[in-house]
Amino acid sequence: MSAILSELAGRAPVAGHRPWPRHVVDAEAWTAIARALGEGEADLLSLWADEDHVHLALRSGAHPTPLVVSVGVKNGTYPCVGRHHPAALRLERAIRDLHGIEPAELPDVRPWLDHGAWGFGAPLGARAPSELRDPADYPFLPVHGEGLHEIPVGPVHAGIIEPGHFRFTANGEIVVRLEERLGYVHKGVDGLLAGADLERAGRIVARISGDSTVAYSFAFARAVEAALDIAVPARAAMLRGVMAELERIANHLGDIGAICNDAAFTLNHAHCGILRERVLAVSGRAFGHRLMMDRVVPGGVAADLTREDARTILDVLNEIMPWFADVVRVYDGTPSLQDRTCGTGILSPALAARWAAGGFVGRASGRAFDARRDLAYPPYDAAAPDVPLYQAGDVDARVWVRIREVEASTQLLRGWLAALPEGPIRTALPAVEGAREGIAIVEGFRGDVLLWLRLAPDGRIARCHARDPSWLQWPLLEAAIDGNIVADFPLCNKSFNCSYSGHDL
Amino acid sequence: MRTLLLRSLLAPLATTAAPAPGDAALEELGRSLGERARRLYGRSLAIREVDAGSCNACELEIHAINNPVYDVERFGIRFVASPRHADVLLVTGPVTRNMKVALERTYAATPDPKWVVAVGDCGCGCGVFEGSYAVIGAVDKVIPVDLHIRGCPPTPTALLEGLIALVDKVAAAPRD
Repeated sequence: MSAILSELAGRAPVAGHRPWPRHVVDAEAWTAIARALGEGEADLLSLWADEDHVHLALRSGAHPTPLVVSVGVKNGTYPCVGRHHPAALRLERAIRDLHGIEPAELPDVRPWLDHGAWGFGAPLGARAPSELRDPADYPFLPVHGEGLHEIPVGPVHAGIIEPGHFRFTANGEIVVRLEERLGYVHKGVDGLLAGADLERAGRIVARISGDSTVAYSFAFARAVEAALDIAVPARAAMLRGVMAELERIANHLGDIGAICNDAAFTLNHAHCGILRERVLAVSGRAFGHRLMMDRVVPGGVAADLTREDARTILDVLNEIMPWFADVVRVYDGTPSLQDRTCGTGILSPALAARWAAGGFVGRASGRAFDARRDLAYPPYDAAAPDVPLYQAGDVDARVWVRIREVEASTQLLRGWLAALPEGPIRTALPAVEGAREGIAIVEGFRGDVLLWLRLAPDGRIARCHARDPSWLQWPLLEAAIDGNIVADFPLCNKSFNCSYSGHDL
Repeated sequence: MRTLLLRSLLAPLATTAAPAPGDAALEELGRSLGERARRLYGRSLAIREVDAGSCNACELEIHAINNPVYDVERFGIRFVASPRHADVLLVTGPVTRNMKVALERTYAATPDPKWVVAVGDCGCGCGVFEGSYAVIGAVDKVIPVDLHIRGCPPTPTALLEGLIALVDKVAAAPRD
């Protein structure tokens, strides 16, 4: 791997790709990189197709600046990555479904996002008409053994959550295998984005996963700004940080309460519900939308913050943090609750590292990565947060990462809101000239959101790819539930809290 | 634990005042329900939420109406785990092609009489996903809808106004 990276570093990258280099490589180098990923020499950040190329974003410990490598598609095929590095499998199944490009020797060729309901195949490729299939017609992996039974769950679940199918194989109470089937909320986002102007594209990207709307808009804006090679005013950067941290706090509070609720401990759920509501209400008051949708835009932000509203946010933080500390004390001091969360749903550090899992899933299993610190961008380049790290990998560790992140985000907000720079909140976008490609990674509450785009000469989106952190977390839930009882699945699932919509696109 | 319990006992009530039923919702329900069976449920409605393709923002706000601040249960409305226990389907969208069959089956599994509420700009129209190969669009393109609650996402108050209007119209009507 080092040899390939050194060799690439000596070559001129593709022109107009910012801020990190992109290199076109031949099939041989591509496969060598895939093998190196499989051997743990680098992290796979994403994998996607664009017309006649397949792109792979990666980052290695030795070369911490991310890198994009691209291989040409020849005769509708390219060398498969997933056979060397399993974390790429679902991404490659999606490429196959959406573009009709065949990863050569892909070990798993079952459709992933294509449930046979579109009336044609390869919507971003040839769009060849195809027969409609029964959506339930999907070959789950066969399971053999005495006393085993299957429990099908979904796509419509019992709670107020998104749709997806879980196929459990259990031996009595013990889960011996979980297989996920996703794609139910596939809305064709990539197809909608191609050809969209920046304003419309921004509104679509903000709705890829509603709980992470600020993170997605932030990533989109940064990718556009990278492509156009512009920087945003200091006040805009800091307001983006304020919104991103409010989003993180609100979601973590919701998750902590919901995890306790799944252990039938409703007291914390009720209190976290009120705390979360306080944050959403003040966000709505300050920025005009409770989830702050469409507030981060290319060039800056669309909503300014008055001095009075900044003060109100600080007041709310001062009100809720001692209250939150009480909730945390109850969580930490209630043995019946800890009995459910400690030692449940363990994800090994080895798997978290192999899948390059971000967010609380990775950081609860020893993977010390946070884009705000490790790929610092404004406003975090001036003040990175403390990044909590746990090794246990269980539900409890994922709760503690969230608790510590609520505290760290509060610290950031207190610092920023007390010293917001004056000045403009938006800068005008220059006209597009020549080839323009941009990539950005932004730390959402759930993990790192990657967004790559190519602008057409008319300033519209030619191709845009968004990789939700859930792509690299969903497969690990299958491993974490192994050997646990069926009744603990809601706990494990909630502690991962993967996005269905963000994954299905 | 003692601190938290004391806080709950001594703090002023967290719950907001009840909003009045929404005028627009009452008007639409008057139209859509017409003379259709109005049954007495003792002002109680069981709701089954179905995400038929949403970005999950609507789900966040539907969750919020269950928190102690909005406390939807005080109006006799509760969320249930199965369509077979439900009077009302609360559906978010846009309905994706991959969710169409599941939505139809959920509707079929809900016993009569039943009502359907479409939630959000995508569930009521198609929102920003208009024109995609992967979506059918508004909920009423797949199953009949009695009430639309718009917003991207609708605020908890907007959701409450719509649902209270629904309770007033279908559950509190006098016994025939």
